[in-house]
Amino acid sequence: MSAISIEHLSKRYILGRRANSEDGLRHAMERAFRKPAEFVRSLANRRSNPPEEFWALRDINLEIEPGEVVGIIGRNGAGKSTLLKILSRITEPTEGRVRMRGRTASLLEVATGFHPDLTGRENIFLNGAILGMTRAEIRRKFDDIVQFAEVERFIDVPVKRYSSGMYVRLAFAVAAHLEPEILIVDEVLAVGDASFQKKCLDKMDDVGHAGRTVLFVSHNMRAVTRLSSRCVLLDKGCVALDGPPSRVASAYLSSGVGTSAAREWDDVSTAPGDDIVRVRAVRVRSEDGELVDAVDIRRSIGIEIEYDVLQAGYVFHPHYGLRNEDGLLLFLAQDVDPRWRGRRRPPGRYVSTGWIPGNFLAEGAMTVGVTLMTLQPEHLHVTVSDAVLFRVVDCLTAPDTARGDYPRPISGVVRPMFTWTTSYTPTLSPHLEVPHPVGAQSNL
Amino acid sequence: MHEVVIEAGRLERQYWNDLWRYRELFYFLAWRDILVRYKQTVVGASWAFIRPFVTMVILTVVFGKVAKMDSGGVPYPILVLCGTLPWQFFSTAVSESAGSILSNTALISKVYFPRMAVPMTAIITSFVDFLVSAVILVLLMGWYHFAPSIRILLLPIFVLQAFIAALGLGLWFSALTVRFRDFRHVVPFIAQIGLYISPVGFSTDAVPQQWRLLYSVNPMVGVIDAFRWSIIGSAAPLYAPGLMMSVLVTAICMFTGVRYFRSTERTFADII
Repeated sequence: MSAISIEHLSKRYILGRRANSEDGLRHAMERAFRKPAEFVRSLANRRSNPPEEFWALRDINLEIEPGEVVGIIGRNGAGKSTLLKILSRITEPTEGRVRMRGRTASLLEVATGFHPDLTGRENIFLNGAILGMTRAEIRRKFDDIVQFAEVERFIDVPVKRYSSGMYVRLAFAVAAHLEPEILIVDEVLAVGDASFQKKCLDKMDDVGHAGRTVLFVSHNMRAVTRLSSRCVLLDKGCVALDGPPSRVASAYLSSGVGTSAAREWDDVSTAPGDDIVRVRAVRVRSEDGELVDAVDIRRSIGIEIEYDVLQAGYVFHPHYGLRNEDGLLLFLAQDVDPRWRGRRRPPGRYVSTGWIPGNFLAEGAMTVGVTLMTLQPEHLHVTVSDAVLFRVVDCLTAPDTARGDYPRPISGVVRPMFTWTTSYTPTLSPHLEVPHPVGAQSNL
Repeated sequence: MHEVVIEAGRLERQYWNDLWRYRELFYFLAWRDILVRYKQTVVGASWAFIRPFVTMVILTVVFGKVAKMDSGGVPYPILVLCGTLPWQFFSTAVSESAGSILSNTALISKVYFPRMAVPMTAIITSFVDFLVSAVILVLLMGWYHFAPSIRILLLPIFVLQAFIAALGLGLWFSALTVRFRDFRHVVPFIAQIGLYISPVGFSTDAVPQQWRLLYSVNPMVGVIDAFRWSIIGSAAPLYAPGLMMSVLVTAICMFTGVRYFRSTERTFADII
């Protein structure tokens, strides 16, 4: 009997109603950017239009046997998170059904319910209870958790005084000690330093080998191929591929469905574009010029567009846009290289690289869409949305990031590093002494 | 073996079971709320005593001097406390639970548990405050050498009624606040008006006879009257039709509150 059986599962979101409410303007602008033609049409007959629907999942069917470790992959917006949310019972499906046999725990975020004012000890109990452990169970595993997190000395200190590394370790330690029969994990391994990540991966490995069923989402193909025994590729809310991890992962990376850090079109006749210009490759490069799929948040990232101009006489405006995991467009960057700006280009191979500075993007997976257009006449020759994908990784322990000493997830679509100045004027009263800076960090 | 079926519109079956299975979560959430409240304070948990005590002193002065309520020989602070105690519990419980879903957004969107645990926890937390305040009442009765009548044994029933009334309204408001943020502004307003239209600072006898049944539609009227009746005894006779009315209204509140909450909670994570 299977541990999880998913039958005809679908989830629909209504977008229209949202768009009319408080953040209507923002949504309208976003839609205008994404699909201009559709937006104009919707303006023309907005009254007669029913609310816009979006199927995040469409007719998903999966049977997962006990003990299977299933990695779920797919590009941003493919429905991975929605699937996990339904399985975790956070949101309800629109159609279909899921049957789960066994005690289930889901981990969509580490440190859910952590309260900064509570001590490490108190947070272990609270977080454990929220994740579904009983008090007796937490008490039994308490010492193991503390040891795993390596925070013995600070267990009675409020977690807001923890360094970011300690905080994440503690949060993960609680989660790693859940002993459910079915474990559902979202991409939570993207935090923490490398050695602790490895420790967590090993712990998850143990969980899998102990006969537990694990379902996890990841952008990290190495983690997927290493940990899972089966891999499911989601695309546009449907199961596109299901099978052995190495096969699914490589199919994902090489096919048009998948997104990786580099994408090349070997055959000029099938490369995206028209008779005037065709895109031949899009790549993500590090400062050293290497192809990378994960970049340290402090380092700059080069997005490289390689294209063949096939007809002379056009002025091109190559540009690319970045979308984050929520599908939000972060920016559009135009090629403003003065050598080619406003110049008609002769036929040939061009490589335009736009550098995104370090300490600017927030963490997470970013997809890059590439466009080549001419302004005279105004014409869009190529658009490759989701051409490549890369991750921005915050190693948490680095001193020179915009994160500062703040350990918890930081919201916001970008995370720029500013120059900060703080001026100081001593209090005039002679009785008031300037308090000694007793930094929390210095105590630890 | 534990089995869960997830289907559109069919989370119902295991709901009450789940609520029972997650009972420890109630304890932990309430424990968190109480613990956090007194973290980084100088006097710590003493605030639990100071707050109701100061409120009682203020209300005694205000209602004693301004409203000049007839105490019928009962020490005035006791008379006032009999009204403020249930009212304070009710109003804080309702306002705390109204905002509780919103203030736990992070939890709601990341983990599953029966959502009803959140407003219920808020009411439990207010109930702990109520118990502390009740200790003040007991101390006060000792101070004035005031012996309550045997009817005080019925008091837990009326406390339960206040609890259910607060839960019913709390469920309504917490679910409404998720969809319509307007209720964040409406609820404190209602709580404030409620203080004046409940017999906190005056006796229900002040209300004209022909309006009394209508007045009792406010469920706290029956509860506060019953509090006075069971503690002070003969000083405040019980108006039976009014009490029935308030029990009825409480039951309706609770029933519809649970239904509305259950019908909307499935979409909380989507719209919060």
